[in-house]
Amino acid sequence: MTLAITIGIMVAGGVYLMLQRGMVRIVLGLVLLGHSVNLLIMSAGGVFRRDLPLLQFGTALTAGDPLPQAFVLTAIVIAFSIAIYMLTLAASGSDDDTEDAS
Amino acid sequence: MNTSLLPLFVAVPLVSAGLLIVLGGPLWLRRTLLLAPSSAALLASTGLIWLTRDGAVFAHNVGLWQDGIAIPFVADVLSALMLWTTSLLALVCSAFAIATGDDRRPFFATLVLVLTAGVSGALLTGDIFNMFVFIEVMLLPSYGLLAMLGALGRLRAGRIYVTVNLLTSTIFLAGVALVYASAGTVHLGELAGAAKEDPAVAVGAGVVILALSIKAAVVPVHGWLARTYPAASPAVTALFSGLHTKVAIYAIYRLYAMIFDGDAKFLWIGVVAFTLTMVIGVLGAVGENTTRSILVFHMISQIGYILLGVALFTELGLMAGIFYLIHHMIVKASLFLSTGAIEHTYGTGALDRLGGIAQREPLLALVFMGAALSLAGLPPFSGFVAKLTLVTAAVDDAQWTAVAVMIAVSLITLMSMLKIWGGVFWGREPKPHELPEPAVVGADGSVATRTTVPVKIRPALIAPGLVLTATTLCIGLGAQVLLDLSAQAAAGLMDTSGYVEAVLGR
Repeated sequence: MTLAITIGIMVAGGVYLMLQRGMVRIVLGLVLLGHSVNLLIMSAGGVFRRDLPLLQFGTALTAGDPLPQAFVLTAIVIAFSIAIYMLTLAASGSDDDTEDAS
Repeated sequence: MNTSLLPLFVAVPLVSAGLLIVLGGPLWLRRTLLLAPSSAALLASTGLIWLTRDGAVFAHNVGLWQDGIAIPFVADVLSALMLWTTSLLALVCSAFAIATGDDRRPFFATLVLVLTAGVSGALLTGDIFNMFVFIEVMLLPSYGLLAMLGALGRLRAGRIYVTVNLLTSTIFLAGVALVYASAGTVHLGELAGAAKEDPAVAVGAGVVILALSIKAAVVPVHGWLARTYPAASPAVTALFSGLHTKVAIYAIYRLYAMIFDGDAKFLWIGVVAFTLTMVIGVLGAVGENTTRSILVFHMISQIGYILLGVALFTELGLMAGIFYLIHHMIVKASLFLSTGAIEHTYGTGALDRLGGIAQREPLLALVFMGAALSLAGLPPFSGFVAKLTLVTAAVDDAQWTAVAVMIAVSLITLMSMLKIWGGVFWGREPKPHELPEPAVVGADGSVATRTTVPVKIRPALIAPGLVLTATTLCIGLGAQVLLDLSAQAAAGLMDTSGYVEAVLGR
């Protein structure tokens, strides 16, 4: 439940930031969205079994699911690199905010 | 066949890209390393088509993990056909980039190689999370290519492109999480038919397909394509048009056939969305006045045609869709390359600043006209066969609205092609004083002017488009070969048991 509420709040914040006009805010919004999806993946594996996923340290019944953790690790790296690239794009070139023109 | 060779489609370009960074090296070495992997992939995929032509499916567990745990690489005739076409396009577009000098930019060759590695991986993988990773591998170099080469405003286009694609990838990932939560696996073989049995899986897989539709630029989520592609350099636009959206289309075909098992109750959504895509794409082109922005809107319209095949989900419909996909990739790249040759030489693609090219460049005019007629669907080119098969399939399925729209949109497509023909190829070249006020002013106040010295378009710029137009003519004349292969691929999508058996080993 806590996880579901956290994901919901983070998605709401991410969507709000993405609808702003500044590029940096959009990037922050995407980072928030990315993290909420990471939490969604974690919750997809079930959060109640938390033992080590190694058979000599417990049974398969109580071991945590390692696959979602691997997914999240991959997804974090990809989202992080793209976020940094977007920040570079935000800083380079002219500002294309159209507030004055409209 | 030794199935452990399949990962080489990904490994060879990746290793070449790494070598390029380490070695640096003179230009000829960079060019060799750029062209060799695509040529090798073209040959290898020709062999793969030959081996899979009777419906055989080859699967390899990467890392030799056991069935069901490993990430499988799977090749059937559909992926083999796609691999063949993407390698051909990568090769031809690289040759064009060499002719325009784009490849002299640092890391151009490296980025293109990583891009092709991602495309091959996404076409071969049998695991949806892995598909996400390979789509990212394909997109990351494209961000670089778009921001590095291109017209004024490429940074703005780059911002839109990266934002849309990162958002789409996040949605894709959320879909994968929902599928994993409801089905407990992301392995395509184990997911076979899961969404038909369990509505929860259908929701998750639906989110994945929504994300793929954004990447394929289906109406109403097509806006990003028309704003970003015209800002890249001509070679890069041709490369993107052939690879990016088409990988998403391939994934929609594959996932709908595997996970949904062709579930008939969702097909109407596809028919509505894809029919709208055809109409809105082609109407968007009417208001455009540069060659490339017209062609980009046509791409959206054609994506509707291709995906209509999967929305019919009959054996004939799928066959027509796959044939259309292969035909479209080749023809569209040919059009982008022949107009790109003009744009590169004359420095503009605006219809009112060009004219009389047909007189000066008869060969290029022929190349463009062939591809344009093929796009509109006139015999003897492959477009005629593709459209005829698709219309027949839609008539069989009694989708009368879609049939009417397809025929009407063909006519508008032809008119649009004639607009480019009339603006660029016919007439006479405008005199300097007749030119409209220059629309493009640089950031430093410099004005983009067109050269008035008579220039010839170099043969090296015409040849890539010529190769592709010749290919569409050959496919049109000997259509039966590709039709048979497409029918085999469609049969593999209708009955996925062969795929599942190869992947799971049972």
